[in-house]
Amino acid sequence: MAEAAQLEARKIPYVAAITEGVRTVMLEQPEAFVAGEDVAGAGGVYGYYNGILDEFGPERVFDTPISEEGIVGLGVGSAATGCRPIIDLMFMDFLGECMDEVANQLAKMRYMFGGAATLPVTMLTMAGAGMSLAAQHSQSLEAWICHLPGLKVVMPTTPYDAKGLIIAAARDNNPVIVVLNKMSLAISGEVPEESYEIALGKANIVRPGTNYTIVALGRMLHEAVKAADQLKELGIDAEVIDPRTLQPFDTQTVVESVKKTHRAMVVHEAVRFGGIGGEIAAQIQEEAFDYLDAPVARVGAPFSPVPFSPALEQHYIPNADRIVAEAKKQLGV
Amino acid sequence: MSEEISKDTLLDLHRRMVRIRRFEETAGKMMEDGKIPGALHLYVGEEAVASGIMAHLSNEDQITSTHRGHGHLIAKGGEFKPMFAELFGRATGYCKGKGGSMHISNMALGMLGANGIVGGGPPIAMGAAFSNKFRKTNNVACCFFGDGASNEGSFHEAANMAALYKLPAVFVCENNGYGEYTPQANHQAIVDVADRAPGYGMPGVIVDGMDVIAVYEAAGEAIARARAGEGPTLLECKTYRYYDHVGVRGMGLTYRTDEEVEEWKKKDPIDQFETRLNEQGILSTNDAQAVHDEVLAEIADAIKFAEESPYPEASAILEDVYA
Repeated sequence: MAEAAQLEARKIPYVAAITEGVRTVMLEQPEAFVAGEDVAGAGGVYGYYNGILDEFGPERVFDTPISEEGIVGLGVGSAATGCRPIIDLMFMDFLGECMDEVANQLAKMRYMFGGAATLPVTMLTMAGAGMSLAAQHSQSLEAWICHLPGLKVVMPTTPYDAKGLIIAAARDNNPVIVVLNKMSLAISGEVPEESYEIALGKANIVRPGTNYTIVALGRMLHEAVKAADQLKELGIDAEVIDPRTLQPFDTQTVVESVKKTHRAMVVHEAVRFGGIGGEIAAQIQEEAFDYLDAPVARVGAPFSPVPFSPALEQHYIPNADRIVAEAKKQLGV
Repeated sequence: MSEEISKDTLLDLHRRMVRIRRFEETAGKMMEDGKIPGALHLYVGEEAVASGIMAHLSNEDQITSTHRGHGHLIAKGGEFKPMFAELFGRATGYCKGKGGSMHISNMALGMLGANGIVGGGPPIAMGAAFSNKFRKTNNVACCFFGDGASNEGSFHEAANMAALYKLPAVFVCENNGYGEYTPQANHQAIVDVADRAPGYGMPGVIVDGMDVIAVYEAAGEAIARARAGEGPTLLECKTYRYYDHVGVRGMGLTYRTDEEVEEWKKKDPIDQFETRLNEQGILSTNDAQAVHDEVLAEIADAIKFAEESPYPEASAILEDVYA
């Protein structure tokens, strides 16, 4: 029985994979600490720091006041002077509280100083709608931070990627913002127990296909895979790509796919207008225009704040049906 | 009071102030002559603050500065050549021409940057102070900020956290009476920023920021307290900038009177100190003049260096964005 269990790959939920990623970093890097609102005593509002305080103690794991600008400043000042902080921004929506520290200090300090400062800051933050948390706790604001030279941005979707990208983010000598998704917390997947990293800037072809490319960000990956099953019935064999890192973006993997499939769609949970999907679509058109048989389609949230009521929210968040409908429209089938 | 301070320290304080004054006056002229692009926020009048604080710090102690940052860097040990080169936008500048006046910095000196954002420094200084504690060093982080910045939320968050975690930090408020162009009375209901200190759970100390010895002594206590693990202090230095918020014009401004400027100039930190040192037989008028001349010669040299330095190549634009 024990042998059988070993042969079967271990599966853990996304939330536990985040914890393992953080724990691995804390074990590997004595200069690392974890700071943020409710990360220590409470283990984080979503529980992904559970056990971290007990294992590493209050000098390395501590609660901060509800002071997001202070938290990011703690990261900037300590990283510039030899620490490797892991800071937690409880909800991505709180970027508004700390955007100066993120945009004007964290992202720019190295450049402004002519390369003299190194800022190995890892910032974990929670994005996404789906829990009826309404307009200020549900946003996907990755486009805000992808627009800032100096930052790296990753968006892990599977448990495997969550652990591997957190470890890679913490090993990187640049500020990396890890955009987590709250609706993925309970999704289980295979996660090795040992330490491993997923290279930053490397997309993952989650499902190979031959005549259609879907680039799906964050939780939309799961919807895109479902949509791909439905599209199969229409003779569309979709290749689904998870960029995993948004900044730097793996243009090459996406473009190579489109050169093969000739048709592409970008899907994200963020508001469609001004979303990162526009950038990805533009890159595809710049690099693979002659290969395209149709305009690049985009699926994103409507141009409204995230609504509270489940009756509204379910229509707000893009899903597999919307992806299929948009593909049909795009391809005229 | 000053009997306790060694002659070397007194002369060192004097030299730091002269270096700042002469650098700033020259930089201002060069900006007016169109040789320095962009905006300069000059420190003339406030020299005693940076000098009195920095005399207690080593290169391993950190500071965060403000938009008015040249004086802080000079007092921290900044050299004129890479400073002028930076202001001139040259590749040999401290920031390879990518920061300029508002972001001038030197990590090796523990100078974590001037900052174009009012209130940009306090959270970073708090982070550096945390780092000192976390890494179990004996170092201190000093945060320079103005009366204007004391109204920024970033200052509030940083002060609260520094006190909460008992961090080795000193918050040095350079209260020059104006937040940019707005008099203090029009931007806050208090006169003494130090009044806010008890609200954070730290001592607040007020000192005459035109008196380098007063600053030196008060800073000594605050820094010793920080090094001893007793937490941060808010040290408010009452001072004045002779020039405008930006640039060199000091008189005939709409938002302050010339009489006010003249009053403050009577308390000039360098004149005052030179008189005192002369009376004490520590520095004669001639010897003081020699310091000024020496500094001016060094400045002339530095300007030559900066002017002869190359501009950065266009390819440098994309360098140093990432590590």
